Amino acid sequence: MTTRPADTSTPGPRLRAEKVTLGYDQRVITEGLSVDIPDHSFTVVVGPNACGKSTLLRALARLLKPAQGRVLLDGRAIGTRPAKEVARTLGLLPQSSVAPDGITVSALVARGRYPHQGLLRQWSAEDERIVEESMAATGVAPLAGRRVDELSGGQRQRVWIAMALAQQTPLLLLDEPTTYLDIQHQLDVLDLCAHLHEEGGRTLVAVLHDLNQAARYATHLVAMRDGRIEAQGPPREVITAELVERVFGVRCRIIEDPESGTPLVVPADRRRRGAGAGGLTGGSAAAARPAATPAP
Amino acid sequence: MSAGSREAKLTTVRTARGGLSLRLDARAALVGAALLLVALAAGVVLVGTGDYAIAPGDVLRTLLGHGNPGQDFIIRQLRLPRVLVALLVGAALGMAGAAFQTVARNPLGSPDVIGFGQGSAAGALFVIVVLHGSSLAVSAGAVTGGLLTGLAVYLLAWQRGVQGYRLVLVGIGGSAILAAVNSYLLVKANFVDVARAVIWISGSLDGRDWAQVWPLLGVCAVLMPLLLAQGRDLRITEMGDDAARALGVRVERVRFTAVLCAVLLTAAATAAAGPIAFVALTAPQLARRLTRSPGVGLLPSALMGAALLVLADLAAQRAFGAGQVPVGVATGVLGGGYLLWLLVQERRAGRI
Ligand SMILES: Nc1ncnc2c1ncn2[C@@H]1O[C@H](COP(=O)(O)OP(=O)(O)OP(=O)(O)O)[C@@H](O)[C@H]1O
Ligand SMILES: [Mg+2]
Repeated sequence: MTTRPADTSTPGPRLRAEKVTLGYDQRVITEGLSVDIPDHSFTVVVGPNACGKSTLLRALARLLKPAQGRVLLDGRAIGTRPAKEVARTLGLLPQSSVAPDGITVSALVARGRYPHQGLLRQWSAEDERIVEESMAATGVAPLAGRRVDELSGGQRQRVWIAMALAQQTPLLLLDEPTTYLDIQHQLDVLDLCAHLHEEGGRTLVAVLHDLNQAARYATHLVAMRDGRIEAQGPPREVITAELVERVFGVRCRIIEDPESGTPLVVPADRRRRGAGAGGLTGGSAAAARPAATPAP
Repeated sequence: MSAGSREAKLTTVRTARGGLSLRLDARAALVGAALLLVALAAGVVLVGTGDYAIAPGDVLRTLLGHGNPGQDFIIRQLRLPRVLVALLVGAALGMAGAAFQTVARNPLGSPDVIGFGQGSAAGALFVIVVLHGSSLAVSAGAVTGGLLTGLAVYLLAWQRGVQGYRLVLVGIGGSAILAAVNSYLLVKANFVDVARAVIWISGSLDGRDWAQVWPLLGVCAVLMPLLLAQGRDLRITEMGDDAARALGVRVERVRFTAVLCAVLLTAAATAAAGPIAFVALTAPQLARRLTRSPGVGLLPSALMGAALLVLADLAAQRAFGAGQVPVGVATGVLGGGYLLWLLVQERRAGRI
């Protein structure tokens, strides 16, 4: 089900993990996991809470060193390359970040330019233009002079996305970019990602929790459970009622999204026993749940 | 060359082709210059202050080499080194405090809160009370005590990297233990040693001469540029480990270098003048409020520290007479008072 990259000039995709074992201290989260991020794709990672999505993203962005295996960027182990050089190629929006006390929106977004700057090149005209563009793209330009710690959760999230955009990397990893956002801003951010991917030819990887948004926007979908990849490929092939139940422990029907023609997940109504497509009993629902959380 | 400004605060200077672009925080630069001026002016007044008062004009004339021999001796041999020690100690403590507060991402992460002061005091007290050592040995004891405490706190707080709250909590715990040790040493000591020890603990500039200036100047000349070179990276680490690493900052290396420089600066300052309270905690916070910049800046904090210490010493000498009140007591009262006043102001403005 894996889509191979069309690019044949270099062997394999720009970003890949080879048999990586990831964990914190003694706790192993994933073992021997391999994943290719197809070039110029909009890859979406889905999976239940604590299945290791953020852990995988952090490893791909060299924030977490694999205990075994390696992450390759352009064919070279990512940890061995100069940190700033990697930061010009690959950007990450972490799941949660703290803004320094009292920093303004434009100053925070400007920090996204850090990997492009140096002692003699502190703030070029290009930096200035890109920061303004990034703020406009995420709709935070009117907030430019405000203090980040005085913004709402959704406004703050968009400021952080603007910062990641300002980094202007051909590869961009976004860990739950749509959390805190209302439906309009969620769609704005996803449209922006789609635009970056289609027009800018960039490779995007995003963790999303909304399967229907994932199905609609992703060109490549990775479904994870318990530190393993259960399925990957085009959303139409990956999203099946069987997979959703296996990964999330939720019974559902898959219908066609009347808007986009992509799969639309309609969960069974669990309040009415035996109703709907699933005919789910309380007992089996309870049994299905623990499967979604990794065993200790 | 074209000059433009953004956000009113930051001034940008660029060459036409864009090869060179410098960004300057005009307000911070102005505040820095003002602080430097205040520190130097207060230094000149301080040189003229004492049992034999000399007018600032005469002080300047003497420093430029046109004074009379009597004043020349008093100024060059007795008072100038003392003021230089004050300036350097203040600058070292201010900059070290800023580095610590940035790494801990908490104003409470200052060396005096997290036990370095107590550690240096323990080292010095041990030399005074147990070994009855010379003043040079006391300085060495202070440096050793400070370094060991710094190392211990850093290692105990280390867990896949140093994190703010852990550093502060471990430091406060260590500080409490060391305070107990220090009390015990004082209780065991004889009268003469106690007098010597208490003066040392309060932090004093009295009797400082060129022997204290040169090593301190050397340490500052090496470590301050090294620390300043980490400044840009250090600022980025305020955004959290993941965000900073994603931007290409080697978080651990930057933090370790910064902490190492800050520990050594603190130790050198303590060796020269004893554990002077509150400068490392207050100077960065005061400077930050004056420059209105996010996060604490290394250079403004250093300049603020120098100004604060000299002003505190001047105030103490003017109010109580030469050599009556150790400068550490004055910095505690002045710095602490000013910080409280600022906090009350900010609360009125609804910020905290
Ligand atoms: N810093 C950490 N230290 C120790 N364990 C961690 C750390 N971060 C995550 N974990 C553990 O690793 C596992 C995977 O976490 P991860 O953050 O990758 O999940 P996730 O799939 O991103 O979940 P979510 O959807 O809630 O964001 C969890 O069991 C979590 O408790
Ligand atoms: Mg996560």
